[in-house]
Amino acid sequence: MTQQASPDSPILKDCVCAFLSGGAICCIGQALTNLFNRTMGMRMDDARSATSIVLILAAAVLTSLGWFAPIARHAGAGTLVPITGFANSIVSPAMEFKSEGLVLGVGAKMFQIAGPVLVFGITSSAVYGLILWICSKL
Amino acid sequence: MVKRMGSGSFRFEHTPRIISHAAVVGKKEGEGPLRDCFDKVFKDNLAGEDTWEKAESRFVQEAVGLCIDKSGLSSGDIDAIFSGDLLNQCVASTYGLRSYQMPDVGMYGACSTMALTMITASTLLAAGGANRCIAATSSHFSSAERQYRNPLQYGGQRTPTAQWTVTGSGAVMLSTDEADKGTVTVQRATLGIVRDMGIKDANNMGAAMAPAAADTLIRFMQHHSASPEDYDMILTGDLAEVGSKLFVELLEREGIQGVAERHNDCGMMIFDREKQDVHSGGSGCGCSASVLCGHILPRMERGDLRRILFIATGALQNPTVSLQGETVPGVAHAVELCVLIG
Repeated sequence: MTQQASPDSPILKDCVCAFLSGGAICCIGQALTNLFNRTMGMRMDDARSATSIVLILAAAVLTSLGWFAPIARHAGAGTLVPITGFANSIVSPAMEFKSEGLVLGVGAKMFQIAGPVLVFGITSSAVYGLILWICSKL
Repeated sequence: MVKRMGSGSFRFEHTPRIISHAAVVGKKEGEGPLRDCFDKVFKDNLAGEDTWEKAESRFVQEAVGLCIDKSGLSSGDIDAIFSGDLLNQCVASTYGLRSYQMPDVGMYGACSTMALTMITASTLLAAGGANRCIAATSSHFSSAERQYRNPLQYGGQRTPTAQWTVTGSGAVMLSTDEADKGTVTVQRATLGIVRDMGIKDANNMGAAMAPAAADTLIRFMQHHSASPEDYDMILTGDLAEVGSKLFVELLEREGIQGVAERHNDCGMMIFDREKQDVHSGGSGCGCSASVLCGHILPRMERGDLRRILFIATGALQNPTVSLQGETVPGVAHAVELCVLIG
């Protein structure tokens, strides 16, 4: 009865929006990499790092201006999945909890959302590294 | 006197009158369909303060202040104020009211608090323990989001069943003093039983609260020998679109007819759900309080509505127990408001 009365998320529309916006962000990323690598002559590794830095900065600035959330409301996973979503998840609590002070507010709450990503990201990379090391010794 | 009519149901034999009321809302509510009804609309939801919590306290302070001003009395004439909000330890109302020097009872019933405070105040008045009381509640979108959900600038998506916490506060002054004038009276009430139908989605509060609202309505009708046809309006607090559908359906299943054509919901009235991007509708203690004080009570005083049943609904979860896998219980308290004839 509850399911009948509760409208479902518009999955097709959400997927299309996420595909277009996520794709657009990735295209911008690729364009930046090409710019840094080909036009500015950076090494490929450096160009990729610089691209990440620019995207993170852009997401952080958009969040602080209050423009990220309205875009993400339509883009959904399109802005969440790329590195922009990670930047937003750290900047938004940092801004939100500024009122509780620099240490116990910003410092303590900054990783409220991103914390689990870091914990499991670092843990899984350590496990992956261990497996790789064991395999290389065999 | 108060007469027991059944378990949790009673009638006020010495009926308290509503002698003043005020509603203060934020920017989004001030752009909604009821924009012209409110006593004050803050264009800035921070209301000149530096935190969202202080802002919510300011909304309560303004609503109660306006309610007292409109009555022509002063805070010294008030015997007690019953207040509540959604923040931990009810800080929004207690901090907002500390400058008034009135005996204050903080109450929590989630979004059902407005009916709860009105019923409690009326009980004290009818029992002769006070002459004038205020019932007030508030909620604030931004302070509720940071306590219950995500930071404001977090780029997440809301589900279609999610509701938008109303930024606003409402206050009513009730009196049994012979000298006070007021046409709307508080007649009968039924306190709600906590109902839990196993809803686990904290973003579907309407569905969690609908069974409690239906149960309270059925008990009210049974205990007071009333029927939906007796009312010009059956007004629920914040069931919103999803909960309202379920409320009517549950009652029809129980064989109670005549609710659908009389039913309205504060959460559906306060926003334009298509244009204002609020999904299922409004919620929060400030939702039913501001709609009742800003829109419904003036309509009763004008004679548009003569008798209404106000059922404020609350979802009683908190983020900690939700994370622990607990379900969302609901509660609803009903109070009958009636225009005095003659």
